[in-house]
Amino acid sequence: MSPKAGTRQGWGFVAPALLWTAAFFVAPFALMVWLSLSRLEGRTVVPGPGLDNYIRFFTEPSLLRGLVVSLEITAVVTVVSVALAYPLAAIIAFRVPRRWQRVVLVLAILPFWTSYVVRSYAWLLVLGQGGAVNAALMGLGITEAPLQLSATRFATVTGFVHFFVMLLTLTIYANLVQLSPNYARAAADLGAGRVATFVHVILPLTLPGVVTGAFLTFVLCMGDYITPQILGGNRELTLPQLIMMQLGRRGDFPMASAMAVILMAVVSLAYLACARWLRVERI
Amino acid sequence: MTPFSRALMASTALATLALAAPAWAQSLNALVWCDHADPELVRPFEEAHGVRVNLREYEGTAAGLAILDQSRPGDWDVLVIDAVDVGRAVDLGLLAPLPADALPTGDFFPELVMEDLNTRDGQVFAVTEKFGYNTLSFNRAAVDADAMGDMNSLFSGDFTGRIAIYDYYLPVLGMLALNEGIATADLDAAALERLRAPLMALRAESRLVGEVVASQTALATGEVDIVVGGGEWLTAVLAEENPDLDWTIPEQGALLWAQSIAVLADSANPDLALEFVRYIVSPEGQARLATSSCYWGMPANAAAAAHLSDEERAILRWDQQPEFLARAQRYPVPDADLDAAMQDLWIDMLQQ
Repeated sequence: MSPKAGTRQGWGFVAPALLWTAAFFVAPFALMVWLSLSRLEGRTVVPGPGLDNYIRFFTEPSLLRGLVVSLEITAVVTVVSVALAYPLAAIIAFRVPRRWQRVVLVLAILPFWTSYVVRSYAWLLVLGQGGAVNAALMGLGITEAPLQLSATRFATVTGFVHFFVMLLTLTIYANLVQLSPNYARAAADLGAGRVATFVHVILPLTLPGVVTGAFLTFVLCMGDYITPQILGGNRELTLPQLIMMQLGRRGDFPMASAMAVILMAVVSLAYLACARWLRVERI
Repeated sequence: MTPFSRALMASTALATLALAAPAWAQSLNALVWCDHADPELVRPFEEAHGVRVNLREYEGTAAGLAILDQSRPGDWDVLVIDAVDVGRAVDLGLLAPLPADALPTGDFFPELVMEDLNTRDGQVFAVTEKFGYNTLSFNRAAVDADAMGDMNSLFSGDFTGRIAIYDYYLPVLGMLALNEGIATADLDAAALERLRAPLMALRAESRLVGEVVASQTALATGEVDIVVGGGEWLTAVLAEENPDLDWTIPEQGALLWAQSIAVLADSANPDLALEFVRYIVSPEGQARLATSSCYWGMPANAAAAAHLSDEERAILRWDQQPEFLARAQRYPVPDADLDAAMQDLWIDMLQQ
């Protein structure tokens, strides 16, 4: 095959993917950016370009607070989920016999089989005044009266963590099972204790899996609307909730687009940070 | 090809054709609120006319208008809309004129004919189908019903952390306006500023701000004992499970909500759409709509009483309607700027 024919064939192979990306990502994204530079006057969209929506977002405290709330919740969810998922994945990978690992993993992802919305409403009942958690706390004599657990940030974080621990467990487990036991043996031969082996050998080698899972958690959590809407009790609004408000109530597509672009910029920055500092490209 | 193969192919082709053929000769596309999605409401119309009614639910006029804006002409035949927003839809040229003599408005509660909203220059564009109140829903077992007779009791400190606010700015701001002695029709930018402090105070007393299901769940599970902005639409569907869930209109008054139904100007099936509207406002249709599984509400057509049981009428407080209607005011009808200011205030409250 001549080089030219090879090039043509190569373009032929990548063309569908390129067209797909152009049609369903690049074009809609460009449209969204353009719309974000327009503005709503009364009930009419006035074409841009202008930065009115971005200026309004960063100067109006109640809107900017949506971004801060989203970042705070996402940070807590990511840290807590990693802290819970890592030991769980390690137990499955190192302690559970090989033949049972698949069964345990299926049990771990079982909650994914129910609807996301139904699961959120279920948490609303579990964390409610008469729910299982309050009943247990009072039954054990830890509290005398029911605590307000639902309609709080705690409830939102709990709903998220329940979901993302499973996701992180899978990504970290996939990394751990590929790890040769020889690394730990070599470290032990060189005099490293269990803690030192974990900190200096196991953890760095499994970091790509942790970072991948943490990044997915960050992206999905930042953009999620359902969980804070159902469990948060509207006591504070996240950025996706504010975007939905602009769309559903105001019909303000330019402002919603500007907020979506900001959300995307934050996620891109998170990706760049991961790639730069943790060499995520090795994954 | 063997006879068996031919027979097999022929029967397969016939079966495919039978499956591919539309089950209904004609279909109607309606942009509605969730109460219309009850099969008990739509099925009798479908069976009577041999048609299929495709329903799409939406919430909030802005969302409905956005859907219409993004659709092709003729995609939609029927629209359910807030009665106070019928004028907006007429201004946009979205609604078709309706023949007044085809509608049973003579049987309606007089206050619900709403000619000023449904009619433009003597031409009818929509007809009221259902109404109710945004007021105070509460748990009688946990809250003194007398206290709910005065809206100021919400700020007394007796119910701190036991209140849910219905997450819709128009009725709640309207209720606070009534409590401040401002008629909803007089609510302007200056009056709105007077509502900031009471709104923030109410927020401080509340446990959550929730949409319909969240508010209902909170009241039903005992998470809260009062829902500000609630009403029969919130508690009626829960009454069977917990008869203590009740609603009342405080001395300051309540907000009257009303929904209208209309035929879209570019409907592909205008005659069928009109028939659907006539069915919905007929006594039978009204009774079914009033007790829809999504939410209950009073039928605009008083003749529906004959098709409701004593118990259903009791839950709807049928006999008290003249008194309630006299004490209720309509939703505020803000222009675009005031509407934006109201929503900004609402977001400030949520982010407090």
